[in-house]
Amino acid sequence: MEWQALTLSLAVATRSVLFSLPLAVAVAWLLTRGRFAGRALLDAFVHLPLVLPPVAVGYLLLVLFGSRGLVGGWLDEQFGLRLVFTRSGAALATAVMSFPLMVRAIRVSLEHVDAGLEAAARTLGAGPLDAFLSVTLPLLLPGVLAGLVTAFAASLGEFGAVITFVSNIPGETRTLPLALYTALQTPGGDAVAARLAALSFALGFTGLLAAELLARRFRARLGR
Amino acid sequence: MLRVELRKRRGSFTIEAAFEAPLPAVVALFGPSGCGKTTLVEILAGLLAPDAGRIELDGEVLCDTARGISVPAESRRVGYVFQDARLFPHLDVRDNLTFGLKRHRHVPVRIPFDEVVDLLGLEALLTRRPGTLSGGERQRVALGRALLSQPRLLLLDEPLASLDAARREEILPYLERLRDRWQVPMVHVSHQFEEVLRLATHVVALDAGRVLTSGPLVRAALDPALGRLVGAAAVGAVLETTVAGIDATTGLCRLPLGDNELRLLANGLAPGTRVRLQMLARDVIVATRPPEGLSVRNVLRGHIAAISAESADSDLVSIDIGGALILARITRAATQALALAAGQPVWALVKAVSLRGRAC
Repeated sequence: MEWQALTLSLAVATRSVLFSLPLAVAVAWLLTRGRFAGRALLDAFVHLPLVLPPVAVGYLLLVLFGSRGLVGGWLDEQFGLRLVFTRSGAALATAVMSFPLMVRAIRVSLEHVDAGLEAAARTLGAGPLDAFLSVTLPLLLPGVLAGLVTAFAASLGEFGAVITFVSNIPGETRTLPLALYTALQTPGGDAVAARLAALSFALGFTGLLAAELLARRFRARLGR
Repeated sequence: MLRVELRKRRGSFTIEAAFEAPLPAVVALFGPSGCGKTTLVEILAGLLAPDAGRIELDGEVLCDTARGISVPAESRRVGYVFQDARLFPHLDVRDNLTFGLKRHRHVPVRIPFDEVVDLLGLEALLTRRPGTLSGGERQRVALGRALLSQPRLLLLDEPLASLDAARREEILPYLERLRDRWQVPMVHVSHQFEEVLRLATHVVALDAGRVLTSGPLVRAALDPALGRLVGAAAVGAVLETTVAGIDATTGLCRLPLGDNELRLLANGLAPGTRVRLQMLARDVIVATRPPEGLSVRNVLRGHIAAISAESADSDLVSIDIGGALILARITRAATQALALAAGQPVWALVKAVSLRGRAC
């Protein structure tokens, strides 16, 4: 049971961060460098999952992505993609919950990358995308990795949104925290619960440590 | 030809500039801090759009708001050396240098890598990271990087401003050398008139977003508008001439000036060298009769072209020395006592030691 929960959690978290990463870079860029009306609105919206009860997020996802939901119905019709009660749904729920963490980490890095460097790249013949990819992104990379690790660790631990949106199905949506909760509800499950808790602790701690080390490397790279 | 005509509102003041210069020229954008020089070069580079205007380089229109043309920065082939160098911190010096070169594979290489490394003395720095370089080294790399992008115009935004006097002296010769070696047209932003005298062929003097005067340095130096900008102590004619010979007995070198000859300390100048020198207005004495028994080595015969009031009690006398104009600052009292007037024949006296020629 522990093994299954662990591999499932890792699979869900991996899918979750890979899905949200490009979007997070784009949103971080918009929030740092973009000049447009409604920036504050976007900022608030992105950070909403940090302050909403996770169950509320799960509920919203059900409304939107449920099989009769606005987006969910369309996805099912067009691509036969079902999110409710599936692993992909679990990944979506954790992605939404960990998204602000990822955006935050990338944004902090981006604020330390001199926008003038991109201007310099432009005068040397690099187009806007080229300038971003060859100058800003490499300088941002440690920040992106830090964001990735933090979001990954947070994804492993997401409970409320997952259980609300995709329920608690063994082998499909029963990730570590859900397995831990289930073990606690089961008579004689104490030992399993303890092992699962220790596992969660180790994973989370390793993740945060890795993020901190990456952040340090980032600062060293910029020579500050 | 570089033709610029533009308008840009920046906060509380508006930059309105128009000037042109034949290429390959070194155009000095000269003016006090905050007069709009950096904004102007950012517009030339395409990093900033003018509210209205037109920029033409070598017959190609880079920007014309009336016709909706704006060539993006990356396609202009206008190099930019920033005040703060802006080297890419994640790349070593070699990769910084080749950044622009790699993106201009389709244009013929007029300025080759090895020559730039050699001329700017970058060989020892190639594997270093920008973070480990000194300020002067950084500017040299930035200069090389911009040059290697094979620019048709090089913008230098006070590349020496962040350096101390000694470092500045270290970089200036490099600028002179690359100007002479590849004849890259340059627009050099500066608030140091000393740098303008060393590098520029043309001057655009700016103040509060307006062009006070523009034209060849030799002519602009005579303009009172530039004089107000550089300050009374630095006002003087800029003369360009060629060393005719060195006097074997005195060691002074002889420079033809109009129908006269100028003498000054040789200071390593060889016959045939093209020389630029500034003759400060405060160093020139005006006489109405040929003087005798004076130590002064230069007695130039000419006539007064014009007299203009410079301040409440001093005048600037411009004297035509057989076609070359020089300036002399004298007190109003002297003007009146000698009854000086335009057209009058005079002798201009300049000490040889107050002149310093520089090869150009």
